[in-house]
Amino acid sequence: MSGGSEPVIQVEGLAKHFDGVQAVADVDFEVREGELFGFLGPNGAGKTTTINMLTGLARPDSGTIGIAGIDCSKKPKAAQHLMGVVPDESNLYPELSGFENLSFCGALYGMDRRDRRERAGELLERFGLDAAAERKFAGYSKGMKRKLTIAAGIIHSPPILFLDEPTTGIDVASARQIRRLIADLNAAGTTIFLTTHYIEEAERLCGRIAFIVEGRIVRIDAVGNLMRLTEGRHVVRLSVSGGAAGLCEAIAAEMPHLACTTTGDGDIRVESTEPVRVGPLVRLLEDSGAEVFEARRVRESLEDVFVRITGIEAGAMKQEKDRAKAGAGA
Amino acid sequence: MRALTVFWNILSKDMRSYYLKPPNISWGLIFPLAWTGMFFIRSGVGLESVPELLPGVMAVSVLFGTTSMLAVTVTFEKKHRSFERLLLAPIPLELLMLAKTTGAIVFGVANAFVPVIMAAFLMDLSVVSWGTLIPAVVLIAFSSTFLGLFIAVSVSEVFEAQTFSNFFRFPMLFLCGLFFPIERLPVWLRPVSYAMPLTYGVDLLHESVRRAGTMPAVLDFGMLAAFCAVLFAVSLRNIKTKWIL
Ligand SMILES: Nc1ncnc2c1ncn2[C@@H]1O[C@H](COP(=O)(O)OP(=O)(O)O)[C@@H](O)[C@H]1O
Ligand SMILES: [Mg+2]
Repeated sequence: MSGGSEPVIQVEGLAKHFDGVQAVADVDFEVREGELFGFLGPNGAGKTTTINMLTGLARPDSGTIGIAGIDCSKKPKAAQHLMGVVPDESNLYPELSGFENLSFCGALYGMDRRDRRERAGELLERFGLDAAAERKFAGYSKGMKRKLTIAAGIIHSPPILFLDEPTTGIDVASARQIRRLIADLNAAGTTIFLTTHYIEEAERLCGRIAFIVEGRIVRIDAVGNLMRLTEGRHVVRLSVSGGAAGLCEAIAAEMPHLACTTTGDGDIRVESTEPVRVGPLVRLLEDSGAEVFEARRVRESLEDVFVRITGIEAGAMKQEKDRAKAGAGA
Repeated sequence: MRALTVFWNILSKDMRSYYLKPPNISWGLIFPLAWTGMFFIRSGVGLESVPELLPGVMAVSVLFGTTSMLAVTVTFEKKHRSFERLLLAPIPLELLMLAKTTGAIVFGVANAFVPVIMAAFLMDLSVVSWGTLIPAVVLIAFSSTFLGLFIAVSVSEVFEAQTFSNFFRFPMLFLCGLFFPIERLPVWLRPVSYAMPLTYGVDLLHESVRRAGTMPAVLDFGMLAAFCAVLFAVSLRNIKTKWIL
């Protein structure tokens, strides 16, 4: 959705450092009304810090923040009534039930008792949590916790929603359900700012994406435009026996028009601006002592575009993240 | 109206989650009892000394009932990040922190009246000047709670808050004129006594229970109010500069 016209989030020159670390450096972007805008980057890129500054949980070193036309740079609380925020970790009250948590969060936005109860009931049902409504939050599974945290973020029906890695670290079924809910919310008119390190998620959900690396935005574009970068490139992937060591050198020597890389799982990836002729390639590899099992044309994905633009290997990015999560414990 | 909804809901959640829990309530009852017993044993005196003991037991009950509560309602919630929810709510920080401290204040005032009720069976309470005693207890509860708040926002771990609050509580207990009259303290320690809110609160309690205050009530009330204002303002400043990084 690249709908509306009014920018509801307007950020210029935003920067923030923590003792010695430049967490966010000179970031500019705009999110228009009704958009689903994605912030895509690896662990430590500055996504959470950016959300914290936008929502009033962190003070920028410099830069301006406008939310729905309100200048929040000096008065971080001025637009908080327009925002829903879903943090990267579920931070509801463990001793309260699902229903009590939602009702309390509604009260924080000044909703009266009747509205809160009605809306809480409605959201619990919509998120499939009605059976667990009276159970304590502490006993919820990870997926349930995340769903309730999202419900708490939208209890007051905010026009702007910030979601920090909403599907990280939860089961596949819950993640699917959450993605569907996000898409529905956006279709119903909520402007959404979403951070993620899952490229497929950004591709599936977002209208526009900013790639953020080490605190800097390296590219902002509509998903459609980014996908267009994949056109006119021809990629072939070959499975070979005995590992791919040395084969790229052989290709570089004999067929210099092909760009060759080895993939994480020991395959060879060959890229060219013209269609790749597979016959000579396979013969060359077999002459170099390798046995080729399979050669297939690969359609480039957003992941390849990301890797090309940021220079970050997407698989490495995900692994690093999951390791960090595992290290942090449950 | 909206502010009232927010205030009331934060307060009643803390009441249900923390203050009205059985361990907390029994602590509030046992603590004054234990102190009363200790005073009697230490001084080896009889019932005629109840009026002398009452102000001290009340002050200690409030002090201990309030200061450490903020370690839970504030430091603990900060550590577990649910405090972020409160910081994200579209309400002024002043209102938010008043809502977070009112529970401790109410609890502290209630604690102070546990020994009063016990004393009612042992002494004639008609001599007590309630017009001074009640506002004095309320102000002691405010100042001790805000001292607890100041401590709670200066640390990041619950145990640190508890350790740190003892660092303030015990010197206050010994120097506020409860155990020894301030005039009998060494000269160099007296300024420390006068730099503590409890000194003024205890003076008001002595005055209202047995007409034995040493300073004008107006000065006592003024100093207590000033301590409340300064501690609250410094705590808010600390939240803004240390927590909203
Ligand atoms: N409170 C903090 N104190 C010190 N460094 C921080 C703090 N918060 C974030 N950082 C650092 O800032 C950088 C960006 O972090 P963050 O915004 O959390 O990244 P992301 O959400 O993209 O994973 C990281 O290098 C991180 O270590
Ligand atoms: Mg993050």
